[in-house]
Amino acid sequence: MNTLRATTFLIAATFAAPLAAQQSGGRLDIVVQPEPPGLMMGLVQNGPTQLVAGDIYESLLRYNSDLEPQPSLAESWEISDDGLTYTFHLHDGVKWHDGEPFTADDVVFSADVFLRETHARLRASLAYVESITAPDDTTVVFQLKEPFGPFINAFEAGTMPIVPKHIYEGTDYATNEMNATPIGTGPFKFDEWVKGSYIHLVKNEDYYLEGKPYLDEVFYRVIPDAAARAVAFETGEVDVLPGGSVENWDVPRLTAMEGVCSTGAGWEFFAPLSWMWMNNREGPTSDVRFRQAVMYAMDRNFVKDVVWNGFGKVATGPVASSTNFYSDDVTQYDYNPDKAKELLAEMGYGGEAVRILPLPYGETWQRWAEAVRQNLSEVGINAEIDSTDVAGWNEKTSQWDYDLAFTYLYQYGDPALGVSRNYVASQISKGSPWNNVEGYENPELDEKWAAAAGMVNAEDRAAAYAEIQKEIVDDVPVAWLQELEFPTIYRCNVKDLVTTAIGVNDGPRDAWVEE
Amino acid sequence: MWKRFSSNIGAMIGVVLLLAVIGIALFAPLIFAHTPWQMVQRPFLTPFSMDGLPLGTDTLGRDVASQLAYGARVSLLVGLVSTLVALLIGVPLGALAGFYGNWVDEGAMRFTEFFQTIPNFALAIVLVAIFEPTLASITIAIAIVSWPPVARLVRAEVMSVRKREFVDAARLAGLSRPRILLTQVLPNTVSPIIVMASLMVATAILLESSLSFLGLGDPNAMSWGYMIGAARTVIRSAWWLSFFPGIAIVITVLALNLIGEGLNDALNPHLSRRGKA
Repeated sequence: MNTLRATTFLIAATFAAPLAAQQSGGRLDIVVQPEPPGLMMGLVQNGPTQLVAGDIYESLLRYNSDLEPQPSLAESWEISDDGLTYTFHLHDGVKWHDGEPFTADDVVFSADVFLRETHARLRASLAYVESITAPDDTTVVFQLKEPFGPFINAFEAGTMPIVPKHIYEGTDYATNEMNATPIGTGPFKFDEWVKGSYIHLVKNEDYYLEGKPYLDEVFYRVIPDAAARAVAFETGEVDVLPGGSVENWDVPRLTAMEGVCSTGAGWEFFAPLSWMWMNNREGPTSDVRFRQAVMYAMDRNFVKDVVWNGFGKVATGPVASSTNFYSDDVTQYDYNPDKAKELLAEMGYGGEAVRILPLPYGETWQRWAEAVRQNLSEVGINAEIDSTDVAGWNEKTSQWDYDLAFTYLYQYGDPALGVSRNYVASQISKGSPWNNVEGYENPELDEKWAAAAGMVNAEDRAAAYAEIQKEIVDDVPVAWLQELEFPTIYRCNVKDLVTTAIGVNDGPRDAWVEE
Repeated sequence: MWKRFSSNIGAMIGVVLLLAVIGIALFAPLIFAHTPWQMVQRPFLTPFSMDGLPLGTDTLGRDVASQLAYGARVSLLVGLVSTLVALLIGVPLGALAGFYGNWVDEGAMRFTEFFQTIPNFALAIVLVAIFEPTLASITIAIAIVSWPPVARLVRAEVMSVRKREFVDAARLAGLSRPRILLTQVLPNTVSPIIVMASLMVATAILLESSLSFLGLGDPNAMSWGYMIGAARTVIRSAWWLSFFPGIAIVITVLALNLIGEGLNDALNPHLSRRGKA
């Protein structure tokens, strides 16, 4: 049996050796925005929770910026040739923060019992799982019913956080009082949460990786106003502004400060891709020529450079370039107003009003909608902006009451996890703004999406997804805008903060401060 | 009357300023080759740094001068129309209450008080938020929050006028009550209404600006409040984006106040601070 063996622990150790200048000690102040609703990651998985609890909880694997799996709680792992058996070998001597030993039983309980009940996104992947077993204390085996290519991406901390069996077994998870003082295996322990002010984590002295973490403590600071967050960074009160903490317009000013570094990395796993839903059901947007005209009419490079300060990439199609199986062999929609006008003339567009629904997430998105409206009106499309708030946006998109609507969604590393859900007919259902809201129906492609998800061989999958991308980009079910990058801004003496595909979420494990 | 008004220097300055603003608003499409939404140059160009863009460009590279001119249209339009609507509600209500008294007065005044007990701006925000921000809904919201003082004023005026001898004379002459109200009483209350209306336009412009500043403006209409609200996040790096629309609001509101003052002096000479002319 030809096994894919990853003894990356040794490799990682040799890698780290030349960089042995890491200094222990110090603290990090990181902005968290908005204040998380809770820190028990098995129950809550929104952005701020993942940012903070990513230091407390761990999963079996981590992912580097190329989305290659790296060891975490699992030291090594094998996938059988038929793609049905995933075997993980866990680290020895791992302890929970309360001192109890961590074993394979905790993994089985977390994946098979706890998260199956609480984690909708993971549940979709677990549907492919036949059984999860623990042959011994340091081995876990996931047996699948049928091959599911993206399964190897499911072992990320926010997707499959491992929770302590000895605390949760047999209790009502949502009301367990230990939720307020989360117990994990991660490099930092929960210490104190002063609501509205800060969350304090301290170094886990018993962490299973020798010498790690380097930092003594991490403070997550709650500062409700964007301008106040920028000021807190300027005055040195905080050291790290994770992506999205300040308005885009403040980014150039802050990064120009002395001793300040920034990076767009650390979003590869999420790969937030933005697009405008175009209502495929009715109105001018139901005509493919109109949808193509919209693509040609938009100056997307301008938006990237001006609205997003050059961060991010113009999208070429439904799959983000950092997601696995991305293909750029598709029709390119460069800025070409003349082509857009031709297409509109050909379809006989008569000036019907088209409403643009911006995403109500602040100035950046409002300006973006204004730029798009201007682009569209320059090719003769009668476009106007609907004003809206978060509730209104949810209502209008989930009830399909829009013509063009801005949105962005995470891709979770694999087209089968975060892309196909927006384009297959089985995902058309009124009431949710996270599925196939545009109403795109293409039975032929639906089959291809399903087939690609179930292929064992990565090369086969790549070929299948390349074909899908080529076809769907010509249909333009939605107007793809941009691969978003939310720059992380930090002081340059903070080292190795963003080294994985989820960035600051699990960054403090390896981060250190240079004196 | 015009003589008294024109001899008031402040009022004349107000008129000149207001005419200038109206002129710019009317001729905006002739003065500027591009619309306020058009992205014409690099973003964040400082004022006077490039020919043809005297006031620089905004966050998307749009012409600030053109935005100011088109913003004047929205401000003036909303100010005038909402004041007219407020008068259409307030004058009849106040007149009926003051003229007929008794239960009509009671009812109308309790109704008015109902509106007066809610802070103006809060009510306007709620109304706009409910009806979705469009020019029409903003105008109506402003009218709804600004009519109560009109009703109060007209009621008081009508009550004092209806007791005068000429009203008794008209009644003795056999005129019907509605006719007395329309032809004898109301015309004598016009001057305070005019004065108040000119000041209401100024207030309405401020209200509209505040609403758009908060993001409750019509997203398809360029207005001064929108400009300031959008520039708020970059105020430290691009001062001109909020400075010029701010100045425009100050000038327009000041002009209207000067005019209002002047009208007050001209129409109520016995109240004039300078005594009878």
